[in-house]
Amino acid sequence: MTRTFQLALLAIALLTVFVFVPMFISASGRNDLYYTLTSVALLSIASAGVWLTFYIGRINIGQGAYALMGGYVSAILVVRYGISFWLALPLAGLFCAAISVFIGVPILRLRGVYFAMVTLVLTEVTRLTALALPITGGAKGITSIPLPGPINLFGLPLVPDFATLQNARFAFYELAVLLMVLCFAGMYRLVHSRIGRLCQSLQQNEELASSIGVNIAALRVIAYAISSFLGGLSGAIFAGITQSIYPSSFTVNDSVNFMLNCFLGGLGYVFGPIIGTFALYYGWGLLFETGRFQLLIFSSALILFMLVLPNGLLSLNPFARKPK
Amino acid sequence: MTDTGELLQIKGITKRYGGLTAVNEVSFAVKEHEILSVIGPNGAGKSTLFKLIASFVPPSGGEVLFKGTRISGLSPHIVARKGVVRTFQETTIFKGMTVRENVIIAHQLRSTVGLLGYYFGSTAARKDEAEFARSADEILDFLGLTGQRDKIASSLPHGFLRALGIAIGLATNPQVLLLDEPFAGMNHDETMKAVSMVRALRQRGVTVLLVEHDMGAVMKISDRIVVLNFGQKIAEGTPAEIQRNDKVIEAYLGSEDASIGL
Repeated sequence: MTRTFQLALLAIALLTVFVFVPMFISASGRNDLYYTLTSVALLSIASAGVWLTFYIGRINIGQGAYALMGGYVSAILVVRYGISFWLALPLAGLFCAAISVFIGVPILRLRGVYFAMVTLVLTEVTRLTALALPITGGAKGITSIPLPGPINLFGLPLVPDFATLQNARFAFYELAVLLMVLCFAGMYRLVHSRIGRLCQSLQQNEELASSIGVNIAALRVIAYAISSFLGGLSGAIFAGITQSIYPSSFTVNDSVNFMLNCFLGGLGYVFGPIIGTFALYYGWGLLFETGRFQLLIFSSALILFMLVLPNGLLSLNPFARKPK
Repeated sequence: MTDTGELLQIKGITKRYGGLTAVNEVSFAVKEHEILSVIGPNGAGKSTLFKLIASFVPPSGGEVLFKGTRISGLSPHIVARKGVVRTFQETTIFKGMTVRENVIIAHQLRSTVGLLGYYFGSTAARKDEAEFARSADEILDFLGLTGQRDKIASSLPHGFLRALGIAIGLATNPQVLLLDEPFAGMNHDETMKAVSMVRALRQRGVTVLLVEHDMGAVMKISDRIVVLNFGQKIAEGTPAEIQRNDKVIEAYLGSEDASIGL
């Protein structure tokens, strides 16, 4: 695949998500699509984090914990301390990254199913903590979070006040997609730099990696912190959109879904989480018609996918890079 | 280094596992630029000795000195940084990467930049990467792996896997390379190739210490041989001396007398 072709594909993809999709939505009048597509974009950011932990050879079923944490941190900063949403957003991500370093140092020594089990517990621990702490408002959560305010740069309005917008959903859509694009561009660079190879060396043989001089303990924690940062970011925007956060906003179910998104898209492909999230989110929605058989059909289809396409949906794409 | 040119000194090293003494007070020295082999019947303690030298396990007694300073008890990657590198058996490679990627990544000890430098592609990082790639190609060429360089490592045939293991070891720029049974499971032609490969290692200035079963290859390749039996050193000398040594013959008698070349 030539460079020009790649750039053309990239341009088409960017135009599609930023321009064509909104054009289509306003033409069809289906404003609800904004909400679902925004969700897909945000969930795929959190899934990208899970994908990165897969990339260093760890199964992470705890991303819901960081999404919940991120949502609460931004909500608390905005509601209780009156900090701008735009500042609270990165702070929520950084808070999650910092917490994940403390949690990661001891638990990242574990491998395989042991690490997975500990992360599975994390989401539940976070939910119970949110229920117990006074600052998080217990079971009632935090509601009526104000919409993001304006950003002015040297007096020029860079971002308008979301509360004054006629169509805040469109604004949130553009924001979520912009962050998704930035997130995956960053991930793409990471995977295709020497760091990507170092991560793979962890995934494939930690002893050998250590003996050729890779600081495996540090690299594991860094990857996990990046993963948790993305989880926190995605949770914080969710809280911003729904203007509320509850202990049940992200549950173990969501954590499992983040992992499934990665599997479904393909663990060998950086863009796997986008495709996986899209397919899983709308796949579940489409099956709504089947009523009480929804879960049965959905889970059977997933099992079938794992059997038929173990390398994910992207392995069907003839243009995709071979999994590394 | 000591005046006698002894790069590595093993002094009375002992390893006990519970009641079992796997290695008992073994002492010898490895001189710079030599090829020294450790041989012995199964269960003689060769592998344990090897792990002790590369500091993968701590000794129960005695010590290993590299250039006159103690390396026993240090963690393996520190010992590797000092220049004593162990190659692993063939299964220990990065299976999912290509041969060339394996060797490039193994240059990590020589890296001069942090992760952020690599992420943003700083000038120093690009210089590092170009240098690693150049050095990797040179090592691949040296070990006859150029034709295999873009193959996924897990798909390589036996003989090439061993060579890849050595290539990974070489990429760390070792002064002493410990080879763990480099000829095991090879046919005659592959062994001959591997023998010349090990000789070429010495040409590069690498001191080689190897543990091996294949007597024919050991006799051909070694400057000196240390023989272990039941965890103890029973002989040390040139291949010719070892072949004449009564204790060695006795140790191998019956099961492996033919293979020693008598």
